[in-house]
Amino acid sequence: MADPGAASAPKPSSSVKLVLLGEAAVGKSSLVMRFVNNDFQENKEPTIGAAFLTQKCNLPTRTIKFEIWDTAGQERFASLAPMYYRNAQAALVVYDITKASSLIKAQHWVAELQRQASPGIVIALVGNKFDLASTTAPSDATSNGDDADATEEQDEEGAETDARKVPTKTAKAYADEEGLLFFETSAKTGMNVTEVFTAIANAIPETSLKGSRGVGGQTSLGRQEDSARVNLTSGRDAAGPNGGCAC
Amino acid sequence: MGDTASPKTLLSQGDYPSSSANGIRNASNNVNQNDFAGPTINIEQSTPDRSPNEEQPSREGTPPPLPPRPKNIQLLDGRPQTSGSLRPSRQSLQSKATTQLSLADTRSYTDESREDIPPSTLRQKSYSSLGLNRSGGEEEDSASIRSSAPTIEVGGYAESMLGEVLGEQEKTIFKTLADSQFDRLSGHSDIFPEDPEFEEAFEHEFDEVDTIKADGSNEEAVMNQWRSKLKHFLILSSAGKPIYSRHGDDQLITNYIGVVQTIISFYQGANDELRGFTAGDVRFVVMSKGPLNLVAITRLGESDSQLRAQLDALYMQILSTLTLPSMERMFANRASYDLRRPLQGTEILLSALADGFTRGSPSTLLSALECLKLRKSHRQTINATLLKSRSPNLLYGLVVASGKLVSVVRPKKHSLHPGDLHLIFNMLFEAGSVKAGGGENWIPLCLPGFNNTGYLYMYVSFINLDNPSEQVEERPASSSGVQDEVAVLLISANKEEFFELRQMRNDLVEQLQKNGSIELIRSAVKKGRPACTEIVPGSPLRHFLYKSRGNVQFTMPSWEPYFNTALDRRRLLNMYHTLHSHLHTRPTHLKIHHSTSTTNITLAWTTPLFELYCVAPVTTSRAALAQAANKVIQWVRREEERVFIIGGAVF
Repeated sequence: MADPGAASAPKPSSSVKLVLLGEAAVGKSSLVMRFVNNDFQENKEPTIGAAFLTQKCNLPTRTIKFEIWDTAGQERFASLAPMYYRNAQAALVVYDITKASSLIKAQHWVAELQRQASPGIVIALVGNKFDLASTTAPSDATSNGDDADATEEQDEEGAETDARKVPTKTAKAYADEEGLLFFETSAKTGMNVTEVFTAIANAIPETSLKGSRGVGGQTSLGRQEDSARVNLTSGRDAAGPNGGCAC
Repeated sequence: MGDTASPKTLLSQGDYPSSSANGIRNASNNVNQNDFAGPTINIEQSTPDRSPNEEQPSREGTPPPLPPRPKNIQLLDGRPQTSGSLRPSRQSLQSKATTQLSLADTRSYTDESREDIPPSTLRQKSYSSLGLNRSGGEEEDSASIRSSAPTIEVGGYAESMLGEVLGEQEKTIFKTLADSQFDRLSGHSDIFPEDPEFEEAFEHEFDEVDTIKADGSNEEAVMNQWRSKLKHFLILSSAGKPIYSRHGDDQLITNYIGVVQTIISFYQGANDELRGFTAGDVRFVVMSKGPLNLVAITRLGESDSQLRAQLDALYMQILSTLTLPSMERMFANRASYDLRRPLQGTEILLSALADGFTRGSPSTLLSALECLKLRKSHRQTINATLLKSRSPNLLYGLVVASGKLVSVVRPKKHSLHPGDLHLIFNMLFEAGSVKAGGGENWIPLCLPGFNNTGYLYMYVSFINLDNPSEQVEERPASSSGVQDEVAVLLISANKEEFFELRQMRNDLVEQLQKNGSIELIRSAVKKGRPACTEIVPGSPLRHFLYKSRGNVQFTMPSWEPYFNTALDRRRLLNMYHTLHSHLHTRPTHLKIHHSTSTTNITLAWTTPLFELYCVAPVTTSRAALAQAANKVIQWVRREEERVFIIGGAVF
């Protein structure tokens, strides 16, 4: 962990703070797990709070070290999200192509990011679970087609009878409008996963890369040094959670 | 809440309803010195006094001696050298060992609406198979020495033949008994009577219930699946909305929720709170907590108070997700609020807890925690390292190995609450949601025992023992690796301090690696719990639980070699539950409870300082059992600072 870019000494290396946002169960953690470990787990249990992972991404001219905040999608964690996207240089907003409501939620996240995150933040809109829509997996498709409105939203381009609820066109049009990177991925098959991260790495403007950050100097959760610190050693303040709880 | 804890108390009591009294917490140094000062069990060899008045309360002070014992049990002759040499004269305590099995115990079954045990699977067929006649009361109280005297006499002579070799050549005994009905093919699981029905049910206990097909064609089968579960937990709001059910989906449970809700509100309407009821061999226990009703339904023979402790843990899990004020706010706005929405994603935590209870959890049974056995000096090194690397915003720091505490650093004024730690361990080691993701985690959670009104933030990182400087990036998908997992948990009240705690973790692990502690933890984890025979060579004991009441911690030997399967462990836990409820039956308090069945011989023993539960095969004589129990006490006394964390690192 503590050797950012040590192996790739000749190439400049820089850290990029990236946050994943999106509705619960769209596959945020699975995308990260595919990217970091090249692994996939069926029926993964929900993330609690947030997980922090790192992974390097080698570009021809430089090495990007992603510091990834994989956040939990449940609503009760929504109030903690600013802590994670504050100072983030990139965001992956994920939806599930088999669930229309997840795109709505994704659009809310995009709006919130544009309003409150750092101005230069690179946002990628990612439609996950492409494997469920693929014609190569018809069995999956039927098992998920229990919603009545499934057929109406069918994209004519893919006349396949699959579980897809969000047409590529719709999402792409939205992404273009908002100036977002757009991908459809499958964490299960690995399709497009590295491509998303590489595209983000490429899209980060050179100027916002501040070279190699040392250990401990990572992009922080946005702490202001000592300003808001509760000193637990003084004993009385150990009751901090009473008042110190922000939720 | 923890403010009352004195610096010496690592864990505070009072999380569970059963241990609400803080009075027993004498957390001063005295505990350590006193812990073993008193008790030793002695079984006397004395002439029988079988006069009827022996059961009268007036005799409580001068106990009836035990039935006659064969004089030629060698172990008996040898015994005084061990316990006797330690405390030469102990007449008063000796009497305690035999008196407390009085009528009061039997009586207590009838009041308090079965605060203790429904007929347990353990004993159902016990006595008839041997053709031994026992006088009345055996149904509920197989424990009374007096009432079981005939059995023991008969068994006693059988034992006396075995007594000569017992302990030295246990294996020979098994050979000798090869033809007997006790010894089945394995020669291992023979301390529990067979119960194919229970085995069958337990095997499918954790299977998912199918969903009812749209056309309802399989409804009957699904209902049967659901009904055949040994244990159910239902949580509903006081308005009757389903919140959680361990088995079955909404469609399946709606009716039951409705029925339960009706029953509960019927009694609430009469200002007569329903606490529990029995239907056939099924026990229902109801707990109303503010806007929530929690229901446990069991066929496992647990007592009401044990079930309440389990429901309380589920309730604490919900608080841990929501905090009490915010949950109350949700219901204050709208009584029919659907709590499943804010709880989304925590079903796995509730289910992991519930399944833990169904499998059997010594930790919950005893309301205590288990520690990793380490040499005192080694633990001190780890404590010192924790203290040295402590960062300013740290509230609690813990090193945990596969659900066992390794070391703790905490503020002087705050103890840890076993209930809180149980929730954390459940999240990390049972539910698997955290470790499956890899990387480091930053988890907001409320520790209701510490403070149920606000969140704390927990940094979690699993240490790769083979390469500690690396984060565990990749871990096996299955839970097979659970045994070896070591986690660093750093808890802060400040939600912004992830990177500060991360730095502390890195420093800590680096230091632990440098001073060799990682290696020590690794070998301790690999070594696991010692077997009974390692603890006391030649011990007839198959298993025991020892709880130090002062430390709120427990220790036990390995499950192996006798309890290898989940079923074996469940049956062992059934037995412990029975013993535990006998000891904790109110209003009487037993000090010692001893029982024999055709398949096993057990002992439960409590003093203000500890609780001990142990079991041996029925071929063991009572004297040998008592001796073995004494030796366990001596062992724990010797190893106290290894098997328990006394105080922990305090700042």
